[in-house]
Amino acid sequence: MLTIGKPQLDLLEKLCNAMSVSGEEGEVRRIVLEEVKPYADEVKVDALGSVLVTKKSTNKKALRVLLDAHMDEVGFMIVHDDGDGFYQFQTVGGIDERHLVGKQVIVGKDHTIGVIGAKPIHLTTSDERKHTIDVDSMRIDLGPEGKAKVGDRATFATKFKRVGNSIMSKSIDDRIGVVTLIELLKNAPKNIELCLSFSVQEEIGLRGATVAGYYFNPDLAIAVDSTPARDLPDYEGRENFTYNTKLGLGPAIYMANSSAIDHPSLVKFLEETAIKNKIQYQLRQPGGGGTDAGAIQGARGGIPVVSVSVPHRYTHSPISISRIDDWKNTLNLLHVALKNINRDILKR
Amino acid sequence: MSDITPFLKSLISVAGLSGFEAPVGKLIKQKWTPLVDEVSESKLGSIHGRKTATLKGHIRQAPSVLIATHMDAIGLMVSRIVDEFLYITNIGGIDSRVLPGTPVTVHASGTNEDLYGVIVMPPSNLIPDGEGGGVVPLKYLMIDMGLTSKEVAQKVKVGDRVSFATEPVEMSGGYLSGHTLDNRASVAALTVCLEELQNKKHSWDVWAVATVQEETVFGGSYTSTYQIRPTIAVAVDMTFGKGTGSSGYQTFHLGKGITLGIGPSVTPYLYKRFKEVAERIEIPVHDDLMPEYSSTDADAMQLTAEGIPSMVLSIPQRYMHTAVELVAMKDIQRAGRLLAEFIASLETDFMEKISWE
Repeated sequence: MLTIGKPQLDLLEKLCNAMSVSGEEGEVRRIVLEEVKPYADEVKVDALGSVLVTKKSTNKKALRVLLDAHMDEVGFMIVHDDGDGFYQFQTVGGIDERHLVGKQVIVGKDHTIGVIGAKPIHLTTSDERKHTIDVDSMRIDLGPEGKAKVGDRATFATKFKRVGNSIMSKSIDDRIGVVTLIELLKNAPKNIELCLSFSVQEEIGLRGATVAGYYFNPDLAIAVDSTPARDLPDYEGRENFTYNTKLGLGPAIYMANSSAIDHPSLVKFLEETAIKNKIQYQLRQPGGGGTDAGAIQGARGGIPVVSVSVPHRYTHSPISISRIDDWKNTLNLLHVALKNINRDILKR
Repeated sequence: MSDITPFLKSLISVAGLSGFEAPVGKLIKQKWTPLVDEVSESKLGSIHGRKTATLKGHIRQAPSVLIATHMDAIGLMVSRIVDEFLYITNIGGIDSRVLPGTPVTVHASGTNEDLYGVIVMPPSNLIPDGEGGGVVPLKYLMIDMGLTSKEVAQKVKVGDRVSFATEPVEMSGGYLSGHTLDNRASVAALTVCLEELQNKKHSWDVWAVATVQEETVFGGSYTSTYQIRPTIAVAVDMTFGKGTGSSGYQTFHLGKGITLGIGPSVTPYLYKRFKEVAERIEIPVHDDLMPEYSSTDADAMQLTAEGIPSMVLSIPQRYMHTAVELVAMKDIQRAGRLLAEFIASLETDFMEKISWE
């Protein structure tokens, strides 16, 4: 069994606290390059900025398996300097604007701290308080003497915290996938040629994975991501039937979402592997949401894909929550699956 | 002049919700003890620091000035526990739109520990029809601490208090952002005043008071003023800073000076003396118009016993009652210095010279 101990949590912390807004993933890329180089046979940074890694097999005819995790996160771009430390911004990726006012953000390469303020309650009317505040009317405030550049990226300033079996942080989506891939590289099974794509620009249209899938042209691919759980109680006490996944029930195996229909044989193989090895897992409710698998599936003449996610709550908000046990089970399910995977399982 | 920033950062890092001010009260008591002659606590928990007149006048009992800075904070209280989630209600005025995604500290009474958590907004389909699409009302928001339902049941009880946990940050040019700067920034200003008074002669007794319960019921200002029965009383509080969504006559630029209240809560001759002193020592002051209420401790102090002449001094602050309030440190220093100079300017016969128009 692979474990999630201090080294893995420390690396996750470092990656979660880094800023890597879609289109400017440099901070995470630097950490990833440093981590993968000692273990990889080939490393390249592609045209879009994704880190593409190959770990060869001893068998020349080995199955080529692509694992994908995205390095980017949702965030903001500074679009206008209003003077006096106020900056207009736009969101990058799907952010619910109701999470923004009253929050600290970090801006630019120096992580300059700013705040997104709100009109004091004393100056609002009760009618006004019933309406959400548009991003267009919000500003990042760096203080009257604070400076940023138009084009700078920004993200939530919340810092990684571990509480018991939980991780509470921004950007668990998908730094938890990034660390999972690094761990699998360090413990790479010899029976397959392991291809890893640390992809850019997932949050704004699965762009990094689109070209990484083409580049590797693998026999099959697995997107390792983090999925919103939506497993909260109903206010009126009715059963919540509309969760995607539940925290604490293990890795979420996808069957279908709005980006891809997962290959039925791969879904079956993962389920059987989990059962055989007594690894807790759950099936993600089919429905909305997308992963890089959607982009990889359509590469070249088509690539069989499946997605596996560590569930988290409060997606794309300042603080998401995941369980360490779910992460550990995800890592082990993937590790055992890679050790046992072969061409035959793709036969329908 | 000492830098008050570290003290203010420690002030906003300790709990002290309205009605539960003991932790911050303790810190203020420690800080004020060497600066005054005697520190005591009121029955409701307000901190009273007494600094007696250093210049003896012709009258036996020196007149006294009470400076009130409320030390209580707005926050939340646990109203219901479901599985590992806490439903909450507000303590003081909070716009629920600023809450989702905010880090908090739950003061868990079951095990007497502080727990980290986050205020979360459930998906709209888990909220009654029509309530989840836009602004999610406070009653549907919850706190998740990353703990299991079993742990939560053991640790947290209904009625437990919840403070904001957004960490204080210094911004370039001498600005500080954080929660509860309303009104700990004024406590810091009053502390600056007491430090300034160490090297000044004053013929009035000074009562430095950190009041409780301003954000909810003015419980501290009514009772401390009654107990102390000062000759005059000054409330130091926050006023609105110009910033996102805030402009107009009620708002003031950060770092460009402090404000003097004008309105029924302010006794005109006190305003006049503050204005004269500010001009003399070249501290920029602006008029803060308060046509009915000042919404500060002054509203309570003026109505205490047979009535107390009162004054309002304010420090501009952006984003009041959010977790990212923002103030200029130099305005806090100015407020402290103006208070000290005002106190030093008070002659023993100041009250006798007053004439109403």
